[in-house]
Amino acid sequence: MSNKMHVNLTVNGEDHEFLAEPRELLIYALREKLNITGPHVGCETSHCGACTVTMNGKSVKSCTVFVAQANGAEVTTIEGIGNPDALHILQESFKEHHGLQCGYCTPGMITRAVKLLEENSNPTEEDVRFGIAGNICRCTGYQNIVKSILSAASEMNAAKEAAQ
Amino acid sequence: MKDEITREDRVAGLKGLGCSRKRVEDARFTQGKGNYVDDIQLPGMLHGDFVRSPYAHARVKSINIEAAMALPGVVAVLTAKDLEPLNLHWMPTLAGDKQMVLADGKVLFQGQEVAFVVANDRYIAADAVELVEVDYEELEVIVDPFKSLQSDVVLREDLVAEDGSIPNGAHGPRKHPNHIFTWEAGEEEATNQVIGNADVVATEEMYYHRTHPCPLETCGSVASMDKVNGKLTLWGTFQAPHVVRTVASLLSGIEEHNIRVVSPDIGGGFGNKVGVYPGYVCSIVASIVTGVPVKWVEDRMENLMSTAFARDYWMKGKISATKEGKITGLHCHVTADHGAFDACADPTKFPAGFMNICTGSYDIPVAYLGVDGVYTNKAPGGVSYRCSFRVTEAVYFIERMIEVLAIELNMDPAELRSINFIKKEQFPYTAALGWEYDSGDYQTAWDKALLAVDYKGLRAEQAERVEAFKRGETRKVMGIGLSFFTEIVGAGPVKNCDILGMGMFDSCEIRIHPTGSAVARLGTISQGQGHATTFAQILATEIGLSAESITIEEGDTDTAPYGLGTYGSRSTPVAGAAAAMAGRKIRAKAQMIAAYLLEVHDNDVEFDVDRFVVKGSPEQFKTMKEIAYAAYNQAIPGLEPGLEAVSYYDPPNMTYPFGAYVCVMDIDVDTGVPEIRRFYALDDCGTRINPMVIEGQIHGGLTEALAVALGQEIAYDDMGNVKTATLMDFFLPTAWEVPNYETDFTVTPSPHHPIGAKGVGESPHVGGVPCFSNAVQDAFRPFGNRHTNMPHDHWRIWQTANNLGMHD
Repeated sequence: MSNKMHVNLTVNGEDHEFLAEPRELLIYALREKLNITGPHVGCETSHCGACTVTMNGKSVKSCTVFVAQANGAEVTTIEGIGNPDALHILQESFKEHHGLQCGYCTPGMITRAVKLLEENSNPTEEDVRFGIAGNICRCTGYQNIVKSILSAASEMNAAKEAAQ
Repeated sequence: MKDEITREDRVAGLKGLGCSRKRVEDARFTQGKGNYVDDIQLPGMLHGDFVRSPYAHARVKSINIEAAMALPGVVAVLTAKDLEPLNLHWMPTLAGDKQMVLADGKVLFQGQEVAFVVANDRYIAADAVELVEVDYEELEVIVDPFKSLQSDVVLREDLVAEDGSIPNGAHGPRKHPNHIFTWEAGEEEATNQVIGNADVVATEEMYYHRTHPCPLETCGSVASMDKVNGKLTLWGTFQAPHVVRTVASLLSGIEEHNIRVVSPDIGGGFGNKVGVYPGYVCSIVASIVTGVPVKWVEDRMENLMSTAFARDYWMKGKISATKEGKITGLHCHVTADHGAFDACADPTKFPAGFMNICTGSYDIPVAYLGVDGVYTNKAPGGVSYRCSFRVTEAVYFIERMIEVLAIELNMDPAELRSINFIKKEQFPYTAALGWEYDSGDYQTAWDKALLAVDYKGLRAEQAERVEAFKRGETRKVMGIGLSFFTEIVGAGPVKNCDILGMGMFDSCEIRIHPTGSAVARLGTISQGQGHATTFAQILATEIGLSAESITIEEGDTDTAPYGLGTYGSRSTPVAGAAAAMAGRKIRAKAQMIAAYLLEVHDNDVEFDVDRFVVKGSPEQFKTMKEIAYAAYNQAIPGLEPGLEAVSYYDPPNMTYPFGAYVCVMDIDVDTGVPEIRRFYALDDCGTRINPMVIEGQIHGGLTEALAVALGQEIAYDDMGNVKTATLMDFFLPTAWEVPNYETDFTVTPSPHHPIGAKGVGESPHVGGVPCFSNAVQDAFRPFGNRHTNMPHDHWRIWQTANNLGMHD
């Protein structure tokens, strides 16, 4: 098709350049053009948050961002948060507190949680519940997700204090 | 060799039964490295997309695919005409009916599959869907099962003989063209007699609304026909991959050994992924036709409109009791709306599932259940959404009838339950509708629950609140929701449980490697339950190797032994039992190897945690690791080399988990908003394998119960339009709406299960729905409420308050 545009994206610190139709959604560009399959598709209407990524410093639902809108953006997905040798504290915490079951919402949920703790490093339970209300989980009932995030927050704060 | 670690250390080192072992699945899921069906990309893969019917009932006069085929990138457009020569335009359902794969002359529900477009990418496929022109002639729509049974409009012309007579269905005689079956259990005459002569009778009608399991991942498949080798590989969201292989073979004519079905990681199932859907069939046909892999993944709207609804039961109950509150009889009739095709996912002989568990946890001497299945212009399905077959409906029914009877008797509903519980010493207990309950200690669980929440204190507080409301001091009323449930899970004994003729056994195959690690494969498939973690725990305790050195694999029919899959809380009761039995076979051979190595008789060694010891001299032993090595490097007289075992387990009975739940709720009568102040859940699932995983299952099941009770619904208008086809309208609770739950337990092992486990995944949903609903109804009971139907969303709660004059 001739109606394709050049898209530049920095994803998890790596630069990508590719052709895409402007109407293509960011989630499909990530998943099918760049093989970054951590973020998932759950609804394509912004309700479920399985596709959550960080774009230019903000949590966004990549299922309702056109790749044209994302042109030139910096994107972080779950793949850019920790690695097998050094997991992010939130990744460890979700494992520790059974904050996941089927794993489908988990990449979006953790990506959102990372951002949430950047926005508010010392959240109350209510802050956490409100802060992840855009991410739906069908398995856990959220109780252990909230626990995972609160526990990660205090661990991160303790590490910060120790470093000072 | 001197043993320096203690026996306790050795037990802990196994990470076996009873410990909260962290999940082995989580490493990949937390790093975005799960592998779900939509993550599969194969060279040259095409994308399929459906043209769906906008009408709920219409003739399809013509389908014009020219414009769609002309679009660059479109490879094929399949219609029923293309499938007919292959005899694939219709397919058998799990319930003994048949279902159109693609519209064959007419459409019967909104969203029905009409044509399948295959294109180079998902965008072109979606564009082409818009270009397919379908000429419809609208027909009268029936969405009400009661009207359906009176109507002259025949929904399924294929089920009426040419002379107008109505042939029998898969479950016997049909009374009307739109009638599917009548299914009965118990004794109607005796029940009516008892109820007719009773001191007290309570009657109630209730509608358990239609809803949907709505896992976060929708359904999908990737089919790849390798024409060179004649082998079909099918990846998909299958809760029962082996059954899918058999069905695919029967439908396609491809021999079963040439079909490999793989369930990769599954993003939640909850019953949605038990059925066989037109999308799976079309992806297979499209791959056969095009010779390249074809992916089909439904979007959320398609998921909610076409694959697998749940419930839709209109239930009419009569319950009788003595003045003292002893229940004497129960009568239940259900009008079951099955939609356009009977595609309910139940064991073949149970067209209403295990609805006949509807006598609940109570010792009811005589009962009757009659169920009439009816066709309407709604989506097919009837899956067990996070419950064993129709058990949520059954438990909701009896737990509402108990509440209504308590009102009739002017008795406390907690006490009424106590009076009628099946007593501990009555187990095994044969219920009036036929089931033999394996074990239970209901009163102990109930007393523990009521004590934990200070039930008496709550009732006193509620009475004060009623007075305060009447004095105008508050606009919030308080409800105490109770439920006591008995589940029936672990289907099931091959003698009476099968799916499409396949007995509902399950299986486990273990291979111990020379270095003392192992791989075990089972016929089930995890969708988030954590089988790779918990099945390894069962095996660790059975065979004495650490769970950390046991890999669990499921879902690949080329490698895993045949099993019936994961739904109806059957994995632990059936496949878990197979694991234990296979483990015991390993142990039996290990005992002979140990005896040989220790130069004693077989009977002179005994198993101890992770080793065989010589009886009476524990310093003489061989560890299971040493035994595993010996199995591969020593010639042992009379024994084959190697150490592996397989077990196909046919359960002698179902298992019967139970539990006691209490919900405390405050409701603002002016906004209709309920606030859950407290939710206490006591579960007895028999032997507990992994308490952390059990708790997680309970939190999740309760949240799905909250959703169903308080708002989640698949609603249709009179034209058969689905009114709740997106997540804007279909309620999935967020973290903001969900409370923290208190979990508790008692342990009453199943006497017939090898490790005494009963299954837990679905209990919280089964017990949770009536508990949330009872809390809402109980809040309004002091103001004259008797029964209102779910879902109790804000608007309906407001209406309840308004109808009771509470806004005056």
